[in-house]
Amino acid sequence: MARKKTIDPEKADEITIDTLAKLARGIHQSISRGRYPELISPVRSLQNVKEFRKRVGYLEIGEKIKTRTLSVNTVKTFAQTLKMMSLSKDLVETNDFATKRDAYYQSKNWGPAAFKDQPESDTVMDDIEAMVSRYGLGREHLRYIPDEHGGSVAGALKVHDKDLETGEPEVIDCTRFGSGAYSIPSWVEHLDFETDADFVLCIETAGMFQRLQSHKFWRKYNCILVSLGGVPSRACRRFVRRLSEQAKIPVYAFVDCDPYGVANIYRSLKVGSGNAAHVNHLFCVPQARFLGVTPKDIVDYKLPTHPLKDRDIKRANDALANDPFFQAHPKWQNEIQRLLDMGVRAEQQALARWGLNYVIDEYLPAKLKKTGSFLP
Amino acid sequence: MDQQGRLELIEAEADEGATPVDDGSENSPAPVDSTDADLGERANDSQPPVAAKPAQSPPKRRASARSMGGKHRAISISEFFTKNRHLLGFDNPAKALLTTVREAVDNALDACEEAGILPDLTVEIDPVEGYDDRYTVLVRDNGPGIIKAQIGKVFGKLLYGSKFHRLKQSRGQQGIGISAAGMYGQITTGRPVTVISRTGKRRPTHRIVLQIDTRRNEPKYLSEEQLEDWDWDHGTEIILTIAATFKGGRHSVDEYMRQTAMSNPHAHIIYRNPRGVDLVYERQVHELPKEPEEIQPHPHGIELGMLMRMLRETKRRNLTDFLKEEFCRVSQRNAEEIITETAKRVPDRQRNQMLRRNPKAMERHEVEALFQVLGETRLHSPPTNCLSPIGHEDIRTGLFALFDPGDYDPSEFFVTGETRRPAVYRGNPFQVEVGIVYGKGLEGDTSAEVYRFANRVPLQYQAGACAITKAVQSLNWRQYNLTQPRGSFPVAPMVVSVHISSAWVPYTSESKEAIAHYPEILSELRLALQVCARRLQRHIRRQRKQRDAEKRKQYLEKYLDPISEALQEILGFDEQEKARVSVQLTELIDPQEVEEESEEELEVDENVGRPRGRTEVVADPIPETTHLAEDGTPVGTEEAVAEAETVPEAVKQEAQATLGLDLPEGGED
Repeated sequence: MARKKTIDPEKADEITIDTLAKLARGIHQSISRGRYPELISPVRSLQNVKEFRKRVGYLEIGEKIKTRTLSVNTVKTFAQTLKMMSLSKDLVETNDFATKRDAYYQSKNWGPAAFKDQPESDTVMDDIEAMVSRYGLGREHLRYIPDEHGGSVAGALKVHDKDLETGEPEVIDCTRFGSGAYSIPSWVEHLDFETDADFVLCIETAGMFQRLQSHKFWRKYNCILVSLGGVPSRACRRFVRRLSEQAKIPVYAFVDCDPYGVANIYRSLKVGSGNAAHVNHLFCVPQARFLGVTPKDIVDYKLPTHPLKDRDIKRANDALANDPFFQAHPKWQNEIQRLLDMGVRAEQQALARWGLNYVIDEYLPAKLKKTGSFLP
Repeated sequence: MDQQGRLELIEAEADEGATPVDDGSENSPAPVDSTDADLGERANDSQPPVAAKPAQSPPKRRASARSMGGKHRAISISEFFTKNRHLLGFDNPAKALLTTVREAVDNALDACEEAGILPDLTVEIDPVEGYDDRYTVLVRDNGPGIIKAQIGKVFGKLLYGSKFHRLKQSRGQQGIGISAAGMYGQITTGRPVTVISRTGKRRPTHRIVLQIDTRRNEPKYLSEEQLEDWDWDHGTEIILTIAATFKGGRHSVDEYMRQTAMSNPHAHIIYRNPRGVDLVYERQVHELPKEPEEIQPHPHGIELGMLMRMLRETKRRNLTDFLKEEFCRVSQRNAEEIITETAKRVPDRQRNQMLRRNPKAMERHEVEALFQVLGETRLHSPPTNCLSPIGHEDIRTGLFALFDPGDYDPSEFFVTGETRRPAVYRGNPFQVEVGIVYGKGLEGDTSAEVYRFANRVPLQYQAGACAITKAVQSLNWRQYNLTQPRGSFPVAPMVVSVHISSAWVPYTSESKEAIAHYPEILSELRLALQVCARRLQRHIRRQRKQRDAEKRKQYLEKYLDPISEALQEILGFDEQEKARVSVQLTELIDPQEVEEESEEELEVDENVGRPRGRTEVVADPIPETTHLAEDGTPVGTEEAVAEAETVPEAVKQEAQATLGLDLPEGGED
C-alpha cells in the first residue's frame, strides 16, 4: 500500500539530502566520463495515470518518463534545475522553507540562470518534485511549500509543533479555539498528533464547519472537524492523511451532492489528483469514506435541489468515462448515474430546510450509526 | 538624337565658326546631311515661330525671305556655349566647380598615362579674397607638358583636342571640357586662364595667361613669359578663376577626389579643399595601367553621319580599300561581300563599278544602302586591346585604401573585385568591373552607396538615368542574404563600385553623367554584380554562422557555470574539481562547432579580401575577340560555361523576366 513509499518523518531530511546528492552525483559522473548528463522524471499529465488499484489506494503515476539531455536548448533549464536542487539542500540543512514565490525571488541572485517569471520557476520545481517522487519524496520534503494554505481544524486534537527558530516544542490544543479554528500550516511533515477522537470529519464548506464548530459537535461525537474549503490543498490532504494514520481513526467526507463535490473534492481527498499523480502517494487519504450528501439523501430527506448545470453534467460524464477511480468503483458509477438521471444537485446546507441545527441533531447522528454503508 | 550624332553636329558647327562663311545666305551650299540642317535650326533663335493658330483670314506677310535671310549669321561654338552652358555641366555654381576640377584632373591623368608617367597631382581650390562666390582652381600634374605652340589652342579653343578623332579609351573624349571651363571662368569672373607648362628638364617653363575670343573661338594671349625656376621637371599647371559654390555631399568635389583616388590607385593626389583641409591620397599601385590601343571604328558602331564624313575625308581611292583600311575587322572578302550586297540595293550601279567607286563621289542613296548593309553584315567583334580596365586586384586595392578599417579582420570587413571579359555593344568594345566593400566602418541601416565610374572617371550626377543604377536596383539582392526594398538599392553597410571602360562610353549627354541603357551593357553589369554578390553572400553566411556559433558559445558558457556551481553546492567538491567540471562541460558541447569551422576554411576565393599588392597581370589577358568565334557566331567561352553552372536558376529567370536577357546557357552568351 501507499505506506510502502512514505518516508519516515524522522529520517525525511536525511533521505532528501541523500536523494539530491544521488541525482547530482549521477550528473557529475556523466560529465566526468564525457557523456551528456540527463535528468529523468515521470511525465506529469492526466494521460500518464495508471488504472486505479484499490490495493494501492491512490491514483498512480504511469510509466512514461521524460529525459532531458544537456544540449544547447536545455542548458538553461538544466542549470536552473540544479540550482533549484541546491537551494533545496540548503533549505533542508538550515531547516527553513521557501514558498514557490520565495524560490522565484531566490533565483534572482543566480546570475544568468535566474527565472524570468514564476510560472518558469514553478515548472522547474514541479519537474524536480517529479524527479524525487521516484524516491518517495514530495515538494514538502524539498522544503518548497505552496503559497496558499489549506483548511482549518477543530476538535479533540492536540497538535505537536516546533518553534522553527528555537526548536522548542509547541502544543496546540484544537479544542480551545472558541468559535475559531486551527489553521493547517503549509508544511505538515514535522507535526505530531495527540488525540483520542473516534473519527475525522472533513467538511466541504466553511459555513457548515462553522456551524458544527460553534455548536461543539466534536465534543458530543468525539471527533476532529476539518474544513476542506473546496478542493483540499496538498497540505490539508497530507495533514488528514498523517493524522488519520497516526491516530488510526477513520475519515469521513461530508460534501455537497453534486459532481464537483464527488468527482473533484472527495476524489482528490481520497486518491489524489490526476495532474500531480507523481505525489499522490503522499497527498491522498485512502481510508476516507463518503458520508454524504448522497443522491439517496436528496430523496430520503426531501432536500431542496437545483437543476444540474451543463458543466455539472459534463463533469459527471467525464468522471464516468475517464476517471480511473470511478471506473474502479461500480457503486460510484451507479451513484453518479443516478444523480445524472435525477438531473438535480443539493448542497450540504440544504438540510437547513428542516431547521438550522437539523444537521447536528438528526442528519449526522443518523448517518454515523451506519458508517458501514458509506460509499467507498 | 543620340550622342554621336549630336557631337557630330557640334563639330561641324565648330568648323564653320572657325572659318567665318556667311552660310546663312540663299546661295549657301545645300547641307551635307540632315543633321547639319537640324543644327542650324536649333541654334538660330531668330527664326520666326510657326503660326500656331489657324488663321481665319490669310495672315499678312510680315517679312520676305530676302529680309529674313539678312538676319542669318553663323554662331561660333563659343557663343553657343555661353548660351547653353548647362549642356556641358556648368548649370549651377556648385556643379561648375566640380566640372572644372573634373575636366582638369581628367586631362592631367590622361596626359600622364599617355606619356607613361605615374601621375602626381596637386589640386587646390582657394576662395578668392573679397568674394564668397569665387574660387581659384589650380590643377598641376607631372605629365609630359605641352609645347608652347599648342598651349593656346588646348586651353583656349573649344573642341580642340587629341581625343575626339580616334577610338581609344581615355577620360576626356571631345576636347571640349577644359577650354569650356576656362570660358566659363571668363564669362563669370572676367579672369583669364593661367597655364604653366614645361616639357622636360632642360626645357624652358612657359607661363601663359590667355583669354578666349568667344566670337572666333580662338585663344588670345594676354601675357607670356618664361619662368626662371619651376619645381617640376615636366608637367602642366592650370589656374582658373570661376564663379562657384563649394558644397559637401554626394555631388561634391571632395567626393570626386575620393572616388578618383579609388579608381586610380596608381595616382598620387594631394588635394586642398577651400576649407584649407589637405587630403593626401597615396599611390597604392606602382605600375601604370595597361596602355589602351587606338582602334579604328567598327562597321557596327557607326552612324550614318559619321560614315558620310569618313567617305568625304578618306584618302582611299576606291570603296573596297576604304572599307578595308578605315574600319577594323573588315577583310578583303568582307569588303567585297558588303559591296556586292550594296550594289544589289542600288539599281543604277553594277557590282564591279561599285568596287572601284570613289568614296568621295558616293551619292546619298548609295551611302544609305551601304550603311544598311554594314549594319547587317556579320563581322568579327572589334579588337578589345583598346580597353584598359582597372583590374580586380587594383579595384580591391583602391577600395581597401578608401575604406581601410584599420585593423583588418576578414570576418568583419569584406572587399571583392571582379573584372568581366570585354563585350561589345553596337560595335563598340566595353568592359565592366564591379567592386564591393561590405562591413565594418560603413553605415548599416541606410541604402548601399553606388559609385559609378566610366573610364575611371567618377559619375556623380544623374544617377537615376544611369544604366549602372538600374542594374544595381534590378538585381535581386535578397537572394544574396541582403535586405532590399523593392526596386531600390539594398540596405546594407556596403559600397558598390561599378566601372565601365570603353573607347566610346555611351553617355546619355555631353556632360558625361549617366550611361545609356544598352541591353548588352546592362547584361554585363548584372553578371558582374552577380559574381560579386555571390562572393558577398558567402561572406555573409560565413559571418552569420560565426556569429551564431559565438552566440551559442556565450549562451552555453553563461549556463555552464551555474551548473558546475550547483553541483559543487550539492556535492561539496573543491574549486579544482569545479573548474574541471566546467572544462569538461565546455568540451562536451563544443566539438561539433570545431568541425564546421574547418570545413568552411576550405573555400578560398582569390578575388576576396585584402589585396596582396600589385601583381603583374592587371586582369585576365584580353583576347583579341570575345564571345564571338572566327566565323562571327557566338561561342560559349570557358567562363560562360562556368557561369552557366553557377548562375542559380531563379536568377536566370529573374534576369529574363526583368531585362529580357539571356544568361549564358552552355553555348550562348
